[in-house]
Amino acid sequence: MGVDDRWKGYHETDPGPLGNLLTKVADLPGGQVLVGAADALVDWGRKCSIWPLTFGLACCAIEMMSTGASRYDIDRFGSGVFRPSPRHADVMLVAGTITYKMAPRVRRLYEQMPAPKWVIAYGNCACSGGPFNTYSVVQGMDEIAPVDVYIPGCPPRPEALLYGLMKLQDKIMAESLTRKGVPVLEPVRDRQGA
Amino acid sequence: MNLCEIGRELERRYDGLVRVVQENPDLVVEVAREKLLEVCRFLKDTPDFEFNFLIFITAVDRVDYLEVVYCLRSMSNFRQIMLKVQVPADNPEVPSLTGIWPAAGFDERETYDLLGVRFSGHPDLTRILLPDDWEGHPLRKSYPVDKRPVRTY
Repeated sequence: MGVDDRWKGYHETDPGPLGNLLTKVADLPGGQVLVGAADALVDWGRKCSIWPLTFGLACCAIEMMSTGASRYDIDRFGSGVFRPSPRHADVMLVAGTITYKMAPRVRRLYEQMPAPKWVIAYGNCACSGGPFNTYSVVQGMDEIAPVDVYIPGCPPRPEALLYGLMKLQDKIMAESLTRKGVPVLEPVRDRQGA
Repeated sequence: MNLCEIGRELERRYDGLVRVVQENPDLVVEVAREKLLEVCRFLKDTPDFEFNFLIFITAVDRVDYLEVVYCLRSMSNFRQIMLKVQVPADNPEVPSLTGIWPAAGFDERETYDLLGVRFSGHPDLTRILLPDDWEGHPLRKSYPVDKRPVRTY
């Protein structure tokens, strides 16, 4: 877990209106208690309804669908609501191989998701390119957007995805409204090579 | 007529321009580039042969030359045949088979995309798998193994 150094500061630029308000409240006498309680409440609400963006790129999507089916009951975590639109989604579940042809679309969908948003790289290909160090495959989701949780495996079993979701929940609970706000996109960097 | 006889019949008809290179387990026939269309039409329309189904088109980079491979199947006689056409690596051009089997269109685009074989007479010879602005043909032996596209996202 932990945001890649390449994306350092990406999440911590603008606290947003609610974060700004709470930052002011925190300066008042006794304000820390109120901010702490509000953080816990809001984080709890967020972690219990992480709606994933349906994003099956390759065979890992089969396991993702399996996780969404009745046997594994992903609704226990509030993540059973797979959204076809990025506007409704909280977490981008990147399941599969990302090709250079697909990468601009992945990036655009990530940008279209409203903050706060998270990214799970599901499977070896999304984590690091997997076995495909070839002309057409992006070497990991973290070249496109900051990744919160990496789930290795080829493909990972549904239990691994559920474990990853729980790790993401832990991460959300550790977040503070006054520190994490609306991500501001960096200008496009021209980097060549894998 | 069995497969070996088909090979011999082709060699007899197109003397010197068609050569049987393998008979077992599949019949593999080398065809001269300029006779390809004629041979294909003959194989498809002759009642005894009736190779009416094009399975795939691909190509092999032999460094000195490119080898375009066609696999034909006869759905009525239950047999198949491979055709190979050698083309020079610096000018890899073969006639398009879209006039005979319309399904050849996509396979020819793929072969063009990945290996740079140009199919003359193809109605829309553009890239099919890689992005339109891709440079080079990545399945060529001359394509650098570690070459990656410039990132624009």
